[in-house]
Formats: sequence, C-alpha cells, structure tokens
Amino acid sequence: MENANNVLVDIQDLKVQFFLHEGTVHALEGVSFQIQQGKTLGVIGESGSGKSVTAQAIMGIIPSPPGKVVDGRVLLNLPENGASVRVVNVTELPPSGSEIRSIRGKEVSMIFQEPMTSFSPVHTLGNQIMEAVRIHYPEVSKREARERAIEMMRRVGIPRPEERIDAYPFQFSGGMRQRAMIAMSLVCNPRLVIADEPTTALDVTIEAQILELLKDLQAEFGMSIMYISHDLTVVGGVADDVVVMYLGLVMEQASTNELFDNPLHPYTEALWRSIPTIDGDLDRLTPIRGALPSPFAVHQGCPFFSRCEKRIPGVCDVSRPPMVEVRPQHWVRCFLYTESK
Amino acid sequence: MLVYIIRRLLMLIPILLLVSFIAFFVIELPPGDWVTTYVSQLRASGIELSSQEAQRLSQLYGLDQPSYIRYFKWIEGIVLRGDFGWSFQWGKPVGEVIAERLPITLTISLLALVFSWLVAIPIGIYSATHQYSLVDYLATFIGFIGLATPGFLLAMILAWAANQYFGFSALGLYSTEFLDKPWSMAKAIDMLKHLILPLIIIGMASAGSTIRVLRGNLLDELKKQYVVTARAKGLSEMQLLFKYPVRLALNPVFSTIGWLLPAIFAGEVLISIVLSVPSIGPLLLRSTLAQDMYLTGSIVLILSALTIVGSLISDIYLAWADPRIRYGGLSK
Repeated sequence: MENANNVLVDIQDLKVQFFLHEGTVHALEGVSFQIQQGKTLGVIGESGSGKSVTAQAIMGIIPSPPGKVVDGRVLLNLPENGASVRVVNVTELPPSGSEIRSIRGKEVSMIFQEPMTSFSPVHTLGNQIMEAVRIHYPEVSKREARERAIEMMRRVGIPRPEERIDAYPFQFSGGMRQRAMIAMSLVCNPRLVIADEPTTALDVTIEAQILELLKDLQAEFGMSIMYISHDLTVVGGVADDVVVMYLGLVMEQASTNELFDNPLHPYTEALWRSIPTIDGDLDRLTPIRGALPSPFAVHQGCPFFSRCEKRIPGVCDVSRPPMVEVRPQHWVRCFLYTESK
Repeated sequence: MLVYIIRRLLMLIPILLLVSFIAFFVIELPPGDWVTTYVSQLRASGIELSSQEAQRLSQLYGLDQPSYIRYFKWIEGIVLRGDFGWSFQWGKPVGEVIAERLPITLTISLLALVFSWLVAIPIGIYSATHQYSLVDYLATFIGFIGLATPGFLLAMILAWAANQYFGFSALGLYSTEFLDKPWSMAKAIDMLKHLILPLIIIGMASAGSTIRVLRGNLLDELKKQYVVTARAKGLSEMQLLFKYPVRLALNPVFSTIGWLLPAIFAGEVLISIVLSVPSIGPLLLRSTLAQDMYLTGSIVLILSALTIVGSLISDIYLAWADPRIRYGGLSK
C-alpha cells in the first residue's frame, strides 16, 4: 500500500483454521496487511480476533495439529548483501525445517506476554540469551556470546549485567524479566520484533518504561515492530500504523493519527467509546453490546453484524464487506462506506 | 549447599535413634519370643522340651533380661562393633546372614531399576511427544498392564511358560547341576539366564509407573510457554525437547531414587519367593514368622535407615537439579 520497496512483511489473504474435536475454528479468514521496514505496526483486537495467530503464522509456529494454514501467504523480504532481496514465503516452509529455523530468532523474533513463564525456570537467563546467539552464529565462541548477551542486557537497562547474567528467572522482578526477554529477542539483531502484549502482565509504570525502551531500541537498531495489544492507548503511543482486527479479519487500517482522529468502522468507534479519557466528559463508558460470537461460528456476512449499532439488515449479514480505501491510506471493511464510493 | 548437607546429616542421628527404638519395640510386640516359638515347633514334631531346658536357652540368648537392657546391648553392638546380634534361626551372626544375600539382592534390584529406566524413559518421551498416536496407545496399554498385574502372578505365568516352551526351569539362581559346583564360566552364564526373568518381572512393574509419570509430566511441560519461547528462538525440536521439557519432566522420576533405596536393598518379596530367588525380602518374611528377633529387627532397622538416607539423597538431588529449590529454602 505504501512504497513497496520498504515492505518487510507482506501478509496476503492468510487463512488459518484450527481443527478441534468440537469443530473447526476459523481463526484467520483472509488477513492481509504489510509491515514497513523500521516502522511500528500496532495490531489491535479482542481476544479471539486472531492477532496472536497472525504473529505465530509469521514465525511459522502455529501449533500443528490442530492449527493449519489453509490459504494465503506470508512473504518476508529479507535484504541480502548489496541490493538483492530474498523473498521467503513462510507458509510454504516445513515448520521445523532448517530454513524457517534460520529465520526464527534471527530475522524475526518475539517478545511474549508472560515474562514469568516464558523462560525455563531451571536455566540461567544468560544461558537462554546466549543460546539465541549460539544457534544462529555457531562460529561465535562461548565467551563472545556471553559478551554479547551482557552488552544487550546492559542496553535494555538491566543493572550489573555481568553479575545478573548468571541469575535465574525467578530471581528477577517482572519488569526486569521482560527486559531480559527483550534482550533475548534483540541479541541477534532481527529485522522484525513481534511484541505480543508484552506489557499486559506488568503494572502501568513498568509498562511505560518498557514502551519507552522499545522506542529507544527501535531508533538505535532500526528494526520493525509488530505490536499486538488490546489496549488502544498503548498502541497509540508506540505505533506508526494501526490494524484493527475482529474475528479473523482486518476491519480497519490507517496511520495511527488518522485512525485516532477519524475512526470509521463501527467496531473501532465502539472500542473508542469503551475506554476512559482524561480530558473527556464524565459520561458512562459504553461497552460494546452483546458478546463475542462462538469461535466455531461461520459468518457469511460481516462478523461484527450481531453487535453492530449501524448494521444494515439484509446487506451486512448476507455477504462479507470488502476492504475499501475511504480516505487516503485509510482502509475500512464496512458496507457503510461502499455505497458512498 | 555444603552447610545444608552437613546440617541434614546431623539431623539423621536423632531420627535414626528413634527409628531403632521403634524397630525394636515393634518386634517385641508379638507375644512370646524365639524360644517359645522354638519350643512349640519342637512340640509339634513330637519333642517335648522341659521348662528348665527352655529357661536355659532363654538365659543363653539373653532373652530373660528386661527389654530395655536387650535394646541397649543390641544398639551398643551395632554402633560400637557393627554387630547386629545373633540369628537364632540360622545359628550365626545377623550380619553374616544378611551379607550372604546382599550381593544377589543388590544385583537384581539395581539391574531391574536400570532395565526399567532404559525401557520406560524412551517410551515415556516418545509417548508424550506423539500423544494419541498408535505407539502412545500401545505404551499406555503396556504401562497399565505393568502397573495392574501383580508381580507374583506374572512371575508364576512366565516361570511356567519358560518351563513349558523352552524347557528351562527359571526357579532359583542356578540350575541344579551347578548347585555344588565351584564358580566357572558355565555357572556364571547359567546364573545370568536365571536372572533374566526376575529382572523383567521386577522391571516391568516400575517401568509401567515410570512411563505413566514421565508421560504425564512431559505433556504438562510441553504446554508451557518456555517451550514456545525456545522454538521461537530457532532451536530445533530435538535440542529443544531434551534441553528444556525433558529435563524438567525427569525430575520427579529421578527424585524418587531415594524412596527406591530400601526397595533395592530388600528386593521384591513376593516375586523372590515365587521364583525362589535368595534375596533379602524372603529372609525378612521367614525371620518374622520364626520370631528371629535380632534378624527381623536389623532388617527393619536397615530398611528404615535407608528410607531416611534415601529421602536425603532425593532432597540433595532436587536442590542440585532445580535452582528454585536451591536458592529458595536453603539460602535462608
């Protein structure tokens, strides 16, 4: 959608389904978006919207079985020496083969939500951070890997890293553990870091520190960030562009400022009304009416139909609305805007 | 760590004293003693012993003294001279009786333990990583059979089958022709042949439970977030499996080494009786029936001591294997 040369990740019509005993979950129903080099893309959605599954698809770690990519592509444009670019379609690679493993952790890395459980409790943090280096750079000596790990721990703001590197995860506070997680994800200097709700488990002051740290690190290392959250305000603070997802579909996509100034999709509007503002009037918050439909449900029309306040019966529940560019670089999937065009 | 071990070792002393007291008290509980049992045995075979003669025997063995004096004499002998007392039934020191049977007991127990691990650990890992596959169902089936079948029944069936189909008498340690022969290559091979059956039967039971425990633990560990983290780092599935979840899942298996210690010492009682393996388990049973009190008491004491030492070993192992335990309780 923007300058194609700067696209790092190009997701095209991605469909992922989970085949469970109880039925088939249509986790992603044709997701398309791009991540620009050096930029931060915020992905917003409720639980079950498919944001984490999208992240797993980019890394090729969708739990399989029961999960399966049934259609679509995830293209990574990996610049090689000089001007050439290697294009890799992640969905075609065998999930435990050597090619995807050489991408995981090195080109694309991930920061997880739970810093408590994301480390092995019986190995030192240093061991686990150095491991990332040793997997992707086997020629690097142990001592050198240790130096790099210490340096990265220092960079993410862990005090006395040369001592703390031999500590175990349970000896760290939650915020420090998340810093260690960030150090581990950055130690191989990846092109894309996927942050899957990295601050959800932390308190608000620590959250602010971590967000600040991520921005600093992006300025220094120039990696792209895919920031997954259910929190509009957090995404607004870090992202250049925002994608709003609902039940496996992208509903709206725009630059952060555009989306915050002119939310167009009824779902995005409803999200806005359900969060408190400091300067706003003291009205009651309006929750989105209804409940998230069953994950097994198949939606012929717009998946938000059952909860939408502006729905058009006979239109929205009959066929799926297309993605339309309502304003420049502002895309919405809603029939309210198809007629006017 | 060292301080912790020393402190735990010192704590062993009062516990062992208490255990020895209880062991002695327990064998004093049944009415009568070895002499009364002996007299009634003789009477059953038609020999009447005069009460004077019985009293002389009691005096000879010190059975007429009050029990607390006998207790102190017994403990004194154990602590100062390593003398566990006299076995009336065998007519020699208790230490000798146990020592005769110890090598074969330990051999069978340890080999059975190794055998069960060699079988159970690979099956358990495979079964957990390939949950609900054909092999998993098969392993589950074998595991439950191993758990549910009483060892002595299996022993009888297999001993019968060995005799019926291979013409091989699996009972005892040696074939009859080697009983009085000195040690030779042929005799050693013959003994090894006789060991196979007890090994398989004793190993099966513990292999069954180890498969179940390991499979359950590993399935839990495989769901944990750190596995996904490691995968997202680019680690291959094999490296990942053995470095993280298998290591954590094996902890409960190895930490029970301590509880196995007394079982290793005693051997399986029922299986040993059925297969006529001269291990320590059957010895304990017979000495109890005969009220051979010092022999019974000594075996009970050794078993209790091994249980205590075993749990110490387990605790040390866990502290070594799991830093959360090492840095949690010990540093304070």
